[in-house]
Amino acid sequence: MSSALSIQHVSKRFGDFTALDDVGFDVAEGEFFALLGPNGAGKTTLISAMAGLSRPSSGTIRVMGHDVVNDFRAARMKLGVVPQELVFDPFLSVRETLRFQSGYFGIAKNDDWIDEMLVKLGLDDKADSNMRALSGGMKRRVMVAQALVHRPPVIVLDEPTAGVDVELRQSLWAFVRELNGAGHTIVLTTHYLEEAETLCSRIAMLKKGRLIALESKDRLLSHSAAREVSLKLGGPLPEELSALKVGQEDNRVILRLETIAGLEHVLATLRTNSVEVRELSVIETDLESVFVKLMNGGSL
Amino acid sequence: MHGFLTLLKKELVRFWKVSFQTVAAPVLMALMYQLIFSHVMSRHADIYPGVSYTAFLIPGLVMMSMAQNAFANGSSSLIQSKITGNIVFILLPPLGPLEFFAAYLLAAVVRGLVVGLGVIVVTSGFGLPMPAHPLWVALFAVLGCGVLGTLGVIAGIWAEKFDQLAAFQNFLIMPLTFLSGVFYSINSLPDFWRTVSHLNPVFYMIDGFRFGFFGQADINPAISAGVVGTSFLLLAGLALRLIAKGYKLRH
Repeated sequence: MSSALSIQHVSKRFGDFTALDDVGFDVAEGEFFALLGPNGAGKTTLISAMAGLSRPSSGTIRVMGHDVVNDFRAARMKLGVVPQELVFDPFLSVRETLRFQSGYFGIAKNDDWIDEMLVKLGLDDKADSNMRALSGGMKRRVMVAQALVHRPPVIVLDEPTAGVDVELRQSLWAFVRELNGAGHTIVLTTHYLEEAETLCSRIAMLKKGRLIALESKDRLLSHSAAREVSLKLGGPLPEELSALKVGQEDNRVILRLETIAGLEHVLATLRTNSVEVRELSVIETDLESVFVKLMNGGSL
Repeated sequence: MHGFLTLLKKELVRFWKVSFQTVAAPVLMALMYQLIFSHVMSRHADIYPGVSYTAFLIPGLVMMSMAQNAFANGSSSLIQSKITGNIVFILLPPLGPLEFFAAYLLAAVVRGLVVGLGVIVVTSGFGLPMPAHPLWVALFAVLGCGVLGTLGVIAGIWAEKFDQLAAFQNFLIMPLTFLSGVFYSINSLPDFWRTVSHLNPVFYMIDGFRFGFFGQADINPAISAGVVGTSFLLLAGLALRLIAKGYKLRH
């Protein structure tokens, strides 16, 4: 499948500060992709470079095959961006905002699509309200609609659910999933890791401007501590298992196994040494633990 | 093309929605100047033969109002968009530098012309004759608004805070417009100040605009048109270059 987004050797420097350091990855058409990293990791800088809001110091970015600098018109027609900052034009109503945004993209008559988006985003009763009169969550929905006026094949959402209530989050994700189902490529940054875990199929992690992980979600999760087991034992841990011990919580020991199949060996050893297993649980990993581990300098 | 027309329309809607502030207020201010100066200077010797001082004053006031408002339009729109952050919605679409510049410029010219027309209407009782050369009037009105409108775009792009824009307005635009022969003929100035005035492009705008009404001026209108036209081209070239490079717009 061809790339919806191709980022190659992108660096961005502000004086002595390097915001992006040789970042490169591709996002395939139709993917639901997450870009994760702590504040200051370079996520928004990278999105700005994709959108033409800033120019990379070096490297190239293509959207649906169009270079974002040399072929900016075609690239921007293919890209819809929901910026992180909550911004709006206080002179305009919701409908005016969306009509003007359509016009900037060269679309003269867009009311059918605007009406459809207003319904899907729960804004249909606010169409004629001035932007100033809307709540923060409502303004955020308008920004999502603004990014979609030209039905771009690639949609980038920069922390769209920051500070947004649960109801909106759910309706927003339902809508974005629908768009993804219809073939749109979605790139998402979020602080809510469970969102990335639920929605995205592939994940890139940035730290201090460098790409430190780029994997499918499943591989990223399977790399990590899915093989840690917690055991409550009737006696001391046999000597031959002590190499596996990575922790102790109250009266439980935590063992790290190379694969889950290693559990059989652990249980057999315990039986041989007549140590009773009173409780056993496999510690499920989640994206958050992988994220924390990577950000703290650990490797997978 | 549609993107440019949309941005132009948005800029026109923006100033028209607050037309009390953007049109009525400058027209009222020009009327105040006209009332006060024509009263104070009523015994002043006529500057051009057969042209009363009150009539002489009007084209200068019209041009000054047009210039200040053309400057204010692009500059205040851009700085507001930059500070509130909503300029992102204009930077994300596929608008080229020329479309971006032309939309802000034309909106500024339209506001300047609307204000200028308003000033002519409210001062019409002070003896301004019908233009002797309407084409010169139109040319200098459009070019004058174009020069200051372009300066407004440049200032709006350059300024990062309202006080920087205010400094640009108070320390550059105000002296340029006030020291340009709005209230007097520069022939009445001492040699030094006359020379200084000749370096001010706004002087040529006003002088040429006046020629359009009275058929007489301090300078040949063709020369004035050349100076104003050249100023416009140089400033427009600079503005386009700044926009194309993304100066202070696209980091």
